[in-house]
Amino acid sequence: MNVPTLSIKNLHKSFADNHVLKGVDLEAHKGDVISILGASGSGKSTLLRCVNLLETPTSGDILVNGELIKMKQDKKRGAIPVSIKQVERIRSRLAMVFQGFNLWSHLSVLENVIEAPVHVLGVPKKEAIAKAEALLQRVGLYERKDYYPEQLSGGQQQRVAIARALAVEPEVMLFDEPTSALDPELVGEVLTVMRDLAEEGRTMLVVTHEMAFARDVSNKVLFLHQGLVEEQGKPEDIFTNPTSERFKQFISTVY
Amino acid sequence: MDFSIILNEYPFYLEGLWTTTWLVAASLLIGLVIAIPAGILRSHSNWFIKGPVWAYMYFFRGSPLLVQLFLIYYGAAQFDSLRDSWLWYYFQEAWFCALLAFALNTGAYTAEIVRGVISTMPIGELEAAKAYGMSRWQRLRRITLPNSLRRALPAYSNEIIFMIHGSAIAGVVTIVDITGTARVVNARYYAPFEAYLAAGLLYMCLTFSVIYLFKLWEKSYQHN
Repeated sequence: MNVPTLSIKNLHKSFADNHVLKGVDLEAHKGDVISILGASGSGKSTLLRCVNLLETPTSGDILVNGELIKMKQDKKRGAIPVSIKQVERIRSRLAMVFQGFNLWSHLSVLENVIEAPVHVLGVPKKEAIAKAEALLQRVGLYERKDYYPEQLSGGQQQRVAIARALAVEPEVMLFDEPTSALDPELVGEVLTVMRDLAEEGRTMLVVTHEMAFARDVSNKVLFLHQGLVEEQGKPEDIFTNPTSERFKQFISTVY
Repeated sequence: MDFSIILNEYPFYLEGLWTTTWLVAASLLIGLVIAIPAGILRSHSNWFIKGPVWAYMYFFRGSPLLVQLFLIYYGAAQFDSLRDSWLWYYFQEAWFCALLAFALNTGAYTAEIVRGVISTMPIGELEAAKAYGMSRWQRLRRITLPNSLRRALPAYSNEIIFMIHGSAIAGVVTIVDITGTARVVNARYYAPFEAYLAAGLLYMCLTFSVIYLFKLWEKSYQHN
């Protein structure tokens, strides 16, 4: 049995008195596309943001390629990472695509894509540019490489953000509701790119409201409810035979 | 009205213009070198770092520039230890005292501008920088500063204009800047209107050059 690319064990997260995650387990192997579903407030975005420590878990383990992110207890601040260097190194191996795109507004499209490879991973600039251009070609935005984010539509910005994510050759791609901020007619172009990535065997964790994507593209679905995994399994199983009442309800309201 | 006075004295005015220009430019440059770290450290979580920066900004923004100039130019001479040290070589010079007062003053105001733009940095862009593994220093240098300094331009061009106008008090400590020149010309010909009008026009030229250059600069950052 090979080591999972990402493994989350008994993850808890509280904000003050608000217990958002109450012991979540998750395992992703190479090539897995896992959709994380749930109503708003179920903790799905928090779960994703704990993976790269944008939120610090209150307790629980996160392992990337078998490497545990070491945590310790601080009197004042609660759980904190032992080594910020380790966290930064692991973050550089994961890539996140945000709901609000979060492209760097002072950098051009091309500069956005080469920023992390050049300045975090130390890839030679020439090499990074060649690769970035190929990635932009792939997401259909090569012609816009010298534009700035604010000159692009939301769908275009999100495709640039996906190119930026691909540029670091991540172990796992984390998608945090990537289509939720888009106008309906722009959702398709982003989903098409994501579908493509799933097919070429990228490991992806996708927090989403797109049921069709969860059902047709992912090979595993996780349904969170009030901070716990309420239902999980292969999409073809759980969408046709949901065992949990909550999940039944959820799909009936969303469809 | 006799404007031939101004025509006769124009080389003298040009010297004043030059004095104002370098004094203000040097103050701004030194002020900026103070302001960027001060503006960043102002939001530091540790009070032993934040405190002194706060005190510096509080004092120089809280009191008139003229009082600060007097404190340095007249006040410093009261300390024997300073008079006996090598520093006195500088402190006895009016230009040095004016430069020091102006630089510290504009540094404090600019630090406040820097603090303001940094605190309104788009949080999502910082999160993205974190998520891609940038260290604190890299986030500051690659993302926060270039993004913020751009947004600081309008406020900073105002600060430059205030500094140009504020520098008129240099004349009080014997420096012959634009205002100083006007005083001398007035004393020579007793023509206050002509003398000060010429000074006013020179300040206007400086001010509008700055406004024009910043407009160009700001435009180069607008991508629409």
